[in-house]
Amino acid sequence: MACIEARGLRKAFGKTIALDGLDLRVEEGRILGLIGPNGAGKTTALNAILGLTPYQGELRVLGRDPWTERDQLMRDACFISDVAVLPRWIKVSQALDYVVGVHPRFERAKAESFLAKTNIRLASKVRELSKGMVVQLHLALVMAIDARLLVLDEPTLGLDILYRKQFYDSLLNDYYDRSRTIIVATHQVDEIQNVLTDVMFINRGRIVFNCSMEDFESRYLEVMVNPEQVAAARALRPMHERQALGRSILLFDSVNRQQLAPLGDVRTPSIADLFVAVLGNQAGEPQGASL
Amino acid sequence: MNTRSNVMPESPRDSQGIAPAVLSATRPMYWSLRRELWENRSIFIAPLAAAGLILLGFMIYMIHLPAKVRAAALDPLQQHELIEQPYELAALLIMATTLIVAVFYCLDALYGERRDRSILFWKSLPVSDATTVLSKAIIPVVILPLVTFAITIALRLIMLLLSSAVLLGSGLSIATVWPRLGFFTTTLGLLYHLVGMHGLGYAPIYGWLLLVSAWARRAPFLWATLPLLAIGIVEKIAFNTAHFATMLGSLIGGDDSGSKATGMSAVLMPHGQFLTSADLWIGLAVTAVFLTAAVRLRHYREPI
Repeated sequence: MACIEARGLRKAFGKTIALDGLDLRVEEGRILGLIGPNGAGKTTALNAILGLTPYQGELRVLGRDPWTERDQLMRDACFISDVAVLPRWIKVSQALDYVVGVHPRFERAKAESFLAKTNIRLASKVRELSKGMVVQLHLALVMAIDARLLVLDEPTLGLDILYRKQFYDSLLNDYYDRSRTIIVATHQVDEIQNVLTDVMFINRGRIVFNCSMEDFESRYLEVMVNPEQVAAARALRPMHERQALGRSILLFDSVNRQQLAPLGDVRTPSIADLFVAVLGNQAGEPQGASL
Repeated sequence: MNTRSNVMPESPRDSQGIAPAVLSATRPMYWSLRRELWENRSIFIAPLAAAGLILLGFMIYMIHLPAKVRAAALDPLQQHELIEQPYELAALLIMATTLIVAVFYCLDALYGERRDRSILFWKSLPVSDATTVLSKAIIPVVILPLVTFAITIALRLIMLLLSSAVLLGSGLSIATVWPRLGFFTTTLGLLYHLVGMHGLGYAPIYGWLLLVSAWARRAPFLWATLPLLAIGIVEKIAFNTAHFATMLGSLIGGDDSGSKATGMSAVLMPHGQFLTSADLWIGLAVTAVFLTAAVRLRHYREPI
């Protein structure tokens, strides 16, 4: 059974179309990166999946309709939507008490052992914690829930690089176990490239690119072409070309590595580079991609 | 990787699949109520602070009490007023305090969580919108009247002991104090008044405030009050009547068609038919409509 299955998801805010017949299928046990420019519909799609916003179209999450069954769904799913949404008045110990009280799958000891590794004291109130510590606390709460689906929407926005790295390390080492599904939407794509098993690009309310990371690494190659071989490289029909440090960098889809090696330095592109290439190739006005 | 990765993916889930069923439906409600009490400490602090101030005032009053009681020794009515007045005043002041607390509690209950975006955290947990809204309605309808009752009774007891000590100390009899107060009948009357009038009787007001709190994008206080004023004004200009204002007045002030007797018992003893009156049940039905709408709004509303 797919963890998430969406067909023809639609949602409009007034005249703005946020989801334009979005189709999506996420299998269990994947770590999916959902990447898109601002206003592409990422958050709307995730909110629909989490039962936070109504939509038109078909959507099943863990076999449930998220809009009508959010409270039951939240026994098996959990999310961190945006940074620092923990109530500022709550004490760390109260937050633990409360989640123990309402969540049948929350393991307090696990959360406490995670918190023991941080500087967060149980007697502190959230308002006394730094932004990074609030995120650590939220992650501790979420990781102690034995959920089948975890959705993270910009969970590390505004945090410094140490906290960001720690966040994804904890997630991968202490939480992910191949039976859970994790969806991450973020602008800091390159930091999570090696964490993901799958990547999807979303643009104008549709999924425009969908690929597993294994396929990604075997299909896409980026070549920093030697100046005298640019014409030869262009003959191989790159999907995108950009300039950096006075040299041309060409991105190829399904071109043999042996064929490219003589032309310059060959490497696996970053997700961000592919994102720019895929969205740049789409018809229409330039995108305000903010990766 | 942790140890779980060696296990069959589905096996650890199945053993825990029973747990959600065991979790009784009352647990989320219980913890939602505790959550409200953690967040809104004014529920306790405001009436306690009021009680502290009243006690301070009462102590100053005590200094002159023996002299006044002696002067009024022959006039039972005057004596009655001297002794009973502070008690009535104390009860009314604490009631007024908790009413104000209730109004502002309701206005913030479903608005504050959207403004500070914490609704995104609350909604990430398996607690339904109905449970959340109901828990927020129980606070002013049940919890606050009981808190008011407990604090008022405790305050009165302290006042009673204090005044007895002062009167005894100055060689006066306390026999005149105790029976006059009718302590236990007013206690029951107070409980009935608080839970009946302030809890159930005002429930439509709290329901309305919660509804506005779930709906408003800003200034819930204005949205809660100005439309009511507008209806009253339009009615007055269009028909030169004031039925809406009268209706609101009777909701807030209670049905004052009864006796106009003064004193504690008249204020605090609701009319016997209160719990069977049609007004109460119509009010509760209206409350149910308001709360249902608030649940729906919380389902749809996103952070501001």
